[in-house]
Amino acid sequence: MSSTFMSASPSEAAGMPALPLPALPAWRRWLRRSLGHRGLVIGSVMLGLIALAALLAPWLSPHDPYAQDVSQRLIPPAWYAKGSWEHLLGTDKLGRDYLSRLLHGARVSLSIGLAAALISGLIGTTMGVLAGYYGGRVDAVVSYIVTTRLALPVVLVALALASLVGGSLKVVIVLLGLLLWDRFAIVTRAATQQLRDAEFIAAAQALGASTPYILLRELLPNLMSALTVVATLEMAHAILLEATLSFLGLGVQPPTPSWGLMVAEGKAYMFFQPWVIVIPGVVLALLVLAINLVGDGIRDVGAPDGRN
Amino acid sequence: MLVYVLRRLLVAFSVMLTVAVVSFMLLHLSGDLATAIAGPEASAADVEKVRVQYGLDRPIASQFADWLGAAVRLDFGRSFYFQNSVMELVGERLPVTLKLGGVALLLAVIVAIPLGVLAALYRDSWVDRGALLVAVVGQAMPNFWFALTLVLVFAVGLKWLPVAGNTSWLHFVLPAVALGYYAMPSLMRLTRAGMLDVLGADYIRTARAKGLSPARVVFKHALRNAIIPVMALAAVELGFMLGGSVVIESVYSLQGLGQLAWDSISRNDYPVVQAVVLIIATFYIGLTFVADVINAALDPRMRTR
Repeated sequence: MSSTFMSASPSEAAGMPALPLPALPAWRRWLRRSLGHRGLVIGSVMLGLIALAALLAPWLSPHDPYAQDVSQRLIPPAWYAKGSWEHLLGTDKLGRDYLSRLLHGARVSLSIGLAAALISGLIGTTMGVLAGYYGGRVDAVVSYIVTTRLALPVVLVALALASLVGGSLKVVIVLLGLLLWDRFAIVTRAATQQLRDAEFIAAAQALGASTPYILLRELLPNLMSALTVVATLEMAHAILLEATLSFLGLGVQPPTPSWGLMVAEGKAYMFFQPWVIVIPGVVLALLVLAINLVGDGIRDVGAPDGRN
Repeated sequence: MLVYVLRRLLVAFSVMLTVAVVSFMLLHLSGDLATAIAGPEASAADVEKVRVQYGLDRPIASQFADWLGAAVRLDFGRSFYFQNSVMELVGERLPVTLKLGGVALLLAVIVAIPLGVLAALYRDSWVDRGALLVAVVGQAMPNFWFALTLVLVFAVGLKWLPVAGNTSWLHFVLPAVALGYYAMPSLMRLTRAGMLDVLGADYIRTARAKGLSPARVVFKHALRNAIIPVMALAAVELGFMLGGSVVIESVYSLQGLGQLAWDSISRNDYPVVQAVVLIIATFYIGLTFVADVINAALDPRMRTR
């Protein structure tokens, strides 16, 4: 798919065998391949910038993201005739500086993405490794749980539970973490099944290594690249779902700056001030795009055989 | 094949039962329904009254048994909010959501398959890159935001289409585009991958060598084989879209199943929420079953799994 994002060198395009790589350390070969992958480079730079903005939000923000000023309501961004340089991206309906809220919103999105992917990764990987390694009845049970989970409509279940428990940053993280492990389980299970009969596993078994040792020290490191790819996908998924829940009013609660919530708050004004929804929506899409590019890139770089 | 179909059917039914248990338990265990229904200002006595009135004071197992016993007869009880039966409410709303999902899927397929075929035929060309860009952007945009943007451009800006409501077929255009764009990328990618696979196969080389026209080779020989897994995925995507339509319906105020679920969630009308979750899950399970059977009919190796 995203192999088209790679710049194919002329020799590759002509079907000539690639020159043998000089004996470089593994990490340098990996780095070289990564730098040659356009999508991965673009995605990493974008993601890096957003992460930096999130980390430095308190210092980068020109204003307090919570400070309201009713006399400064809905000022358009600086490039509009009525805009001012005081508020580069304008202000919202309560007169809060949009840029400052946007920067702090990056923290919400990224922390939800990371935390939810971590929780779901732990659940899904555990299930997938057990199902793939033991097979048989364990596999049947795990597959059944995955099938059931896939049949549950995520958005509806998340909305219903968030409304019962009460929406908040923590609730959203836990809910998404508990709902989005399916792909982790499916991918880990398939990868473990492939590796189960590998020689290095048989060797470890012959040496009398304990099962936990084999699973954690022998198997898991070999699943890392596949898991990273799934983790990026689920991070993107979680970020979009958080925005959706917040947009519908059951995610992160005001006055916390969440990009989904900013769209919801701007919705009533979008007919006359379209930028109030365009700005948070665009950064949200850029963040998800960056994460997806990084994920696709890691997949391509991790599987170089598919390239030639 | 028959054994395979029967086994899948058995799994489908037991998954449906499990979903019923899970959705019931999730709602009953994650909070006190009586407190939620009575509202924040209710006194302890009021909460108790509600608890008895709605039968929430009974053991949870007996509540579940009663609910499930009625649910298999398609009786989901009465709405807490309206005095109608849940089935009546659902019956009114389901056609809207099915129409939305159907049109959205149709649009997604109409765009995805030609785009996927072109991307595969002109691999690594600007067509391929363009198709990839469309897919990547589609996967990155939050769908509620894309829906609002469509309203801004086509309803407010160009005034071609109505902003919201569901009185004419024109009202379904924007929501269907918004929902369909969500399903399009994966269908496009699968079409492209399938076509690339098939175009490299020996029988395509044979067909070309026989001197068949390129169009005939592509459409009659290649696409026919590449398209079946895409159709299977489309069935699964339709299931996903029914679940995801809650967002789109709320943006466009379409009075469908999603909007009903969303309103019921905010009104603490749990019998309706439970019924909608179960109905959407049932559609998904049914559609995945169809997809599995399609795939198994196509590829006998799948049947042994």
